[in-house]
Amino acid sequence: MKYACLIYADENNPEASPEPGSAAFEPIMAGYFQFGNDAGDKIAAGEALSPTNTATSVRVRDGEITTTDGPFAETKEHLGGFYVLECADLDEAIALAAKIPHAALGTIEVRPVIEFD
Amino acid sequence: MAEDAAQDAVEAAIKQWPLEGVPDRPGAWITTVARRRAIDNLRRQRVGRDKAAENARLLERLIKRDPHEAALTETALRDDQLRLIFGCCHPALSIEAQVALTLRCVCGLRTQEIARALLTTPATMGQRISRAKNKISTAAIPFVIPVDSELLQRTSAVRHIIYLIFNEAYLATSGEELSRADLAEEALRLGRLLTRLLPDDPELLGLLSLMCLSHARRRARTSAAGDLVLLADQDHSKWDDMLLVEGRTALESAMRLRPIGPFQLQAAIAELHTSGSQTGGTDWPQIIKLYDRLVDLQPSPVAKLNRIVAISMTLGPLSAIDELMPLAAELSQYQYFHSTLADFHRQLEQFSTAIPHYEQALSLTSLEPERRFLLGRISQCRRGDTGDSH
Repeated sequence: MKYACLIYADENNPEASPEPGSAAFEPIMAGYFQFGNDAGDKIAAGEALSPTNTATSVRVRDGEITTTDGPFAETKEHLGGFYVLECADLDEAIALAAKIPHAALGTIEVRPVIEFD
Repeated sequence: MAEDAAQDAVEAAIKQWPLEGVPDRPGAWITTVARRRAIDNLRRQRVGRDKAAENARLLERLIKRDPHEAALTETALRDDQLRLIFGCCHPALSIEAQVALTLRCVCGLRTQEIARALLTTPATMGQRISRAKNKISTAAIPFVIPVDSELLQRTSAVRHIIYLIFNEAYLATSGEELSRADLAEEALRLGRLLTRLLPDDPELLGLLSLMCLSHARRRARTSAAGDLVLLADQDHSKWDDMLLVEGRTALESAMRLRPIGPFQLQAAIAELHTSGSQTGGTDWPQIIKLYDRLVDLQPSPVAKLNRIVAISMTLGPLSAIDELMPLAAELSQYQYFHSTLADFHRQLEQFSTAIPHYEQALSLTSLEPERRFLLGRISQCRRGDTGDSH
């Protein structure tokens, strides 16, 4: 089973989303490095995303492309990155998701990935 | 071997249920399938493996219910039942789904029965169950006994679900009937099953004891006319002696185990109420001590309220009102806060102060027996009658 772990955090809160180079930044990065080691080859994919002020939302209606500045939804916590984890079942996925540093600083949404045979 | 086979069966169940619907008695069904799978697996490995062939014959005999092999069956059954319960009460499912799935898959109730018991329509309940089953199979929620590091937390979640089912039976939020005994029976059955499966969990025994002691009084709790009867006025001959014995036995075992948790304390309080009512002398100081510990462990406003009621029995209603008032904001929507405050004022013969609090309590319940009871209190106050002492 593949699970997408979507990492949400408040990007306006310096505790959850510290600036690179700040004191709070280093331990979080170290946490991600550690997670990468611990999860090892269970990580099928994973990326960190630039903040939502760089996002563009694209919709096509009646054949016409409209673009909007900003993320799909204005929420308190923002999608900041994701992993795709290869796990035996949801318990394993939850246990791993709980080790992602932002589980303690925001929210990890765990979603089973649909695999097309 | 038995473990693997049970796991296969549960996987088969998860794959099959969304397609074929849950069988009538899923627990038994899983065990049957598990045995059949175990035999199949053993047959496949038989070549050159005498031991495996022997095991296969052993399992075949089990199916024919050879009493000498009962122990092995019980172990397999125990694991199956635990897997099923932990799976149904998996925290990745909503509480409503956990309750519904437990009643469906562990208790074997039909969807219509669950809908009736939980005051909803069969269509809604069917949807809730099929959504839960869909999540179980899509997200691969495992039906396994949790690993040791998670066992305590997961067992606590299972207890919570059982208690919810039990409370649901007593706290019908509307309608004519005060209790739905059938749901309480299911909760009791679950409690008994779980204490057999996990005999060393102090709080499970506490929960079972609490449920037995409360349920033992069910027939005395309402009059023939369907009116509420308070504990002090209950006809003891209507209490269920068997359940009282079961409750007390469970409490004794629970109190020998550590740590002491909220269910054990509540069961101990229920026992003191019960025996006190039977002997005509309730040990209020001991009850207050237990409430102190309960409030320490679980500082809920409802526990605080119950503690204050116990205090009123030793220190009188005036001191109790002083203790109660700081909870006013927190409990403004809780009917028992208002009826308790009204009771204290009535006992002090402050009838014109009591009446509006009874009226407030009345506005917060739609349960007919409780409404009649409160209306009775109001007319009592209008007559200037303190009535009984409680």
